This record gives sequence, structure tokens and C-alpha cells, in this order.
Amino acid sequence: MSSLRGANVSSRTGAAFMTPAALLIGLFVVFPFFWIIAVSFSNRSLLGANALHPQFVGLKNYLDLFDPATFWSQGGFGPSLWLTIQFVVLSALCGQVLLGLVLAWISRELSPRAKSLLQGIVMLAWILPDVVVGFAWFAYLDRDAGTLNQLLHGLHIPAADFLIEHPFLTICVFNAWRGAAFSMMLFDAALQSIPPSYLETADVVGASSWQKLRDIVLPLIRGHIVTDLILITMWTFNVFTPFLLTAGGPSFETDILPIYTYRIAFKSFEFGKGAAIGVIVMLINLAFSLVYLRLAQRGLRAGRKT
Amino acid sequence: MASIQLDKIGKSFGAIDTIREIDLAIGDGEFVCLLGPSGCGKTTTLRMIAGLEQPTRGSIRIGGRDVTHAQPKDRNVGMVFQDYALYPHMTIADNIAYPLKVRGVAESQRREKTREIADVLHIGELLDRLPAQISGGQQQRTSLARALVHPADAFLFDEPLSNLDARMRVEARAFLYHLQRSRGMTAVYVTHDQAEAMALSTRIAVMCAGDIVQYAPPLEIYRRPATTFVAGFVGDPPMNLIAAQATRSDRGIALRGAGLGMSPLASWPALDRALDHGDRVTVGVRPEHLRIAAGDDASNEMRGKLYANEAMGPESLVTLCLDDGVRVTARLFGDAPVRVDGEVAFSFDAAQITLFDARGMRIAGPGETPST
Repeated sequence: MSSLRGANVSSRTGAAFMTPAALLIGLFVVFPFFWIIAVSFSNRSLLGANALHPQFVGLKNYLDLFDPATFWSQGGFGPSLWLTIQFVVLSALCGQVLLGLVLAWISRELSPRAKSLLQGIVMLAWILPDVVVGFAWFAYLDRDAGTLNQLLHGLHIPAADFLIEHPFLTICVFNAWRGAAFSMMLFDAALQSIPPSYLETADVVGASSWQKLRDIVLPLIRGHIVTDLILITMWTFNVFTPFLLTAGGPSFETDILPIYTYRIAFKSFEFGKGAAIGVIVMLINLAFSLVYLRLAQRGLRAGRKT
Repeated sequence: MASIQLDKIGKSFGAIDTIREIDLAIGDGEFVCLLGPSGCGKTTTLRMIAGLEQPTRGSIRIGGRDVTHAQPKDRNVGMVFQDYALYPHMTIADNIAYPLKVRGVAESQRREKTREIADVLHIGELLDRLPAQISGGQQQRTSLARALVHPADAFLFDEPLSNLDARMRVEARAFLYHLQRSRGMTAVYVTHDQAEAMALSTRIAVMCAGDIVQYAPPLEIYRRPATTFVAGFVGDPPMNLIAAQATRSDRGIALRGAGLGMSPLASWPALDRALDHGDRVTVGVRPEHLRIAAGDDASNEMRGKLYANEAMGPESLVTLCLDDGVRVTARLFGDAPVRVDGEVAFSFDAAQITLFDARGMRIAGPGETPST
């Protein structure tokens, strides 16, 4: 009897402890999630009559976004979507994932001290606040006094204003640099899960570093790679930080979806349309999540078979 | 196949000497076991031969060629690890063929050689399976096949049988013996199991704390252990070691210990020399050289309370506890008619004992010319 009452008390206590977090999550995550879906079917805006009395407009916002007449216009939804896909492929898949894998593979051969130094430096790029990173990159890329141009000057390469001349390439490199740490740490953990004797056997029979990577390491960490690919893809799809460097410009050259959404919602004040873009981005991410779960399950089945 | 020479090999991690200084000459076609307790440096020694670890001092030659600083792949050795290190995502055939694939051997030839060695090792039916789908013994043989598929100068084994259950281990041991002897392989084999070392080796290197204590054929090690450490490590149950006090008298040298009584020994030069350094000695007697004392006639005997009487079937292990708490075990044929509560005496033949001096070094017997 007393133990039963004890259980009741403890579960009630547990609920009490959960309440503040649940309230916050409900207020800032769950409610906005449904709110944004509702808003996407309305003509709600920040100013004017629609701000006070938004009306239900059905699928109008969605149809507007995919309207063939404006879809591919400059600063429209189409170019932004296409740009984002390029951004994800270049900076996330080719940049962060590949860079992270290479860093993890290299750090395996380093002394413990050199390894923690390398990881510390790479982690720094990941944990610094956005604003600090923004200023650091401005200083780094500055046309006249920037570190990069100073270095190029030393190599007799003419100085350039990277944010204006190569804005898309710059934010790709920026995002690869900023996020490589996560992939590196994940792959580092994955590599450590491989028994040393696997690679030593390969050493004894004479496998090269590339052969070891291709024949042994990559098949064994397949599950980690899938996880990493999906997470990195989703994060890059939603990343807003490049706004600090280019604000989407010049002339929409870095107008990736999060920036486009921001522009529609908070510059043109079209909340309804902005919400619709948000919902579409969410659906794209949902599709990625499903693919991820499918691949993970297949990996699990393959893992169980082995 | 080739010989292996370790010349003054040493290995330090920081200020700690894992291997102090090792000299080891392994002849062509020999099967040498590195035997010792965990942490004695036997695996490190093997890994230095493989090239997975760099020696701090000394040199290593395989087949007369100096390979001290050569990469593992340039040493042409085959290696079998304790965990077999089979790649879980590759079939048995792909696992076995991997060394050939790395060396760029053509596919058809790869398949032929894999089939050949798999048949030798009785895993020909399993080639399409994955490692997780075969038994531990079969995994062990797959790992062996992978090491054997390419002709190597020497084969290195790092406790390859210790992940098998007891029955499989004995079976795999005999198989390994037959394979090595029939192929004339040069093999270096690390184990902490003295029975494995006794069964397989042409010579055993007994290691302790980074040194080789004794390097000799198995029976030599069994009969004439160089130190009390070797005596207490080799044999199951190991040699009984009893501390004793030596006193000289007109009738010879009398050895006395707690519960130990012996008739005086006529001294010999090696014993004389040992006793110059002190009167403490250790008397070693193998369990099979002890028997239950009959009546009062036994002149050499150990007396104590019965501790255990384990009937194993063909033999019984009878253990008694001497006055100072030291236990002595006798291996007796058949079952021994002793009861748990009684006092028991073992008698033995003075010619079958091994004596160790105060430092634990073996004292050469009366008829022997001392070798070291």
C-alpha cells in the first residue's frame, strides 16, 4: 500500500518537474508548428487590414508560390529552391561530410595531443556564436585589410572582394567550415568502434590507406554515414547564418530558402506566404527524415544479418 | 618459410620498460610459443615481429633480412588475431581472398586458391556465408585460412584459441599442430595457456615481466624449470614449491620445512655452491611424483591436513595443507582412498625433486653439468 502511494507521489513529483519544460516546449515549439500551418492558409500580414482581420484563402499562398508565371523570376521561389539544393550538395554533402570524414581519418594517425589540438580547432568553428563568427569572417574576407587577401597578396594573387565577387562560393565554404566538426566527431566515434585488429590485419596483408578505407572502414560505418548525411542535409537546409555575411545578396545570388522565407515574411510582411514556404520546407525535411528512417532500418537489417 | 632472430630487442613506453632486452632465435620450421602471464610482454614481442609495434632498441631479422624498421606489409608474415578479425560485411570467401585481392591477384586465381586452402581447413562448404553465420571454431579456421592463403615467411598467432570453448580448443590445437608440422611452417604463437604451449611448441620461451626466463623444448622446461616462476607456471597442476631450511651435518644435507621431512642428501658441487649463499632453498615436486605414504617407512614425506580430494576419472587430485598454509597437490592414479577430515602424508623419491636456491634459480642436479 505504502509503496503504491510512494509510486503515486513520485510520478506526481515527476510530472511537476516536467511541467516548466513542457510548457516552454508547448509554447515555443508545438504551438508555432500548428500555428504556422494555420497561417499558411490565410492572408495574414504584419501591416494593413489583414493584420487585424486575416482571412482564410485556402491554397492561394501555395498556388502563388508555384505559379508558372513567377516561379522562375528573379528573387522568386524557384531560383531560391534550386540555389538551396546546390548549397546543400556543395557545402553539406561535399563539404561537411567529406571534410569531416577526411579529418577523422587523418586524426586517427596523429598523436593524442595533436589529435585533440586538431579537434579543438575544428570544434571552435562549431561552437562559436553566430555573431562572433559573422564578424570574424568579415574581418577575414575584407577587401583591403582582410587576412585572406593578405595571404593571397603574399602568393601574388590579386585581391578580391569575395562577398561580392564570389558570394555563393563563399557561403558554401563558410558553411562547410562551420559544420565540419559535427561530422568529424561522429566519424571519429564511428572509427573508434572498429576493432583495431581489423585494420592491423589489413596492415599485415599490405592494404594501402585507401584500400582500408574503401574495403573495411566505409562498409562498417555505413550506418553512421547515413545518419550524418541526413542530419547535415536537414541542418543545412534550414541554416540562416549565411544571412550574416551576404543578407541573401548581391542580387539574390545567395538567396537560400531560409533567407527567402525571412524576406517574404518580415520584409514584405506577407506572413501567410512566408508560412506556406515554411510548411513546404518542413515537408521537404519530413521527406528526408523518412528516407533516413528507411535507410537506417535497412542498415539495421543488414547489420543484424552480419 | 624462414628463420626469425630477435637481437637485444627492447621496448619502452615512456619511462616504463615493457620489454627489457630479449634475444630470441627461431629456426626455420620451428613452432615457438611465447608463454607467460598477462602483462609479461609476450604480445608486444609478437607485434614487434609483425611490425605493428616499433622496438625502442635492438633489431629483428626474418630470413636473414633486417626488418626492424620495415612496414608490416614488407615483412611477408601471416597473422591470426585473438578475435579473428574477420570482416563482418564480407563472405568467408572474400575474407580469405582479401590478402590476394590487396596484392592484385586476378579474380579467377583468387577463387582457386581460396577454394584450395578452404578445403584444407574443412571450411569449403561455408564460402558463401557471412562470419556471423558460422561457429567460433569455423571462424577461427577462416582466420587461419586468410593467413595461409598467401605464402608467408612466418606465421604469427596472438592467442588464436582463447575465444573457443574448452572442447573446441583441444580439437583446434591438434589441428594446428598437424597443419604446422605437415607444412613446415615457421610459427610464433602467443599464449598464457601452458597446456597449449606444451602441446604445440618445438620450443617455449617463458616470459615474465618483459624478460625471457627460459627458452627450451617443452619437456626440458617441464623437467628442468630454470626458476620457481617457470616451475609454478608450467604444468597443471603446477609444480609444488615448498620453502625449506638446509642444514649440514656429518650424514649430509638435511632439508626441513613446515610439514616437510627428508632424509639427508649426499651433497654435490652445485648444491654446495648454492648453499654458500644461504641456507634457504625451495623444494619443487611435480604432483605426479607424490604418492600416499604407506605406513611409517617413508623417509621423504610431506604431512598436513587434507584440503581437497578431486576425482577426475582417470586420476585424482589430492591436496593437503601444510602447517604454514602452503598447499601441496598430488596427482594419483585412479581414486584415492582418503577422507576430508584426516591427516595425510605424501611420500616422494628424492631423485625426482627439483631444488631452487634462495633467489629462486634452479640448482643443477647431481649428475648434471650446469649449463648456465
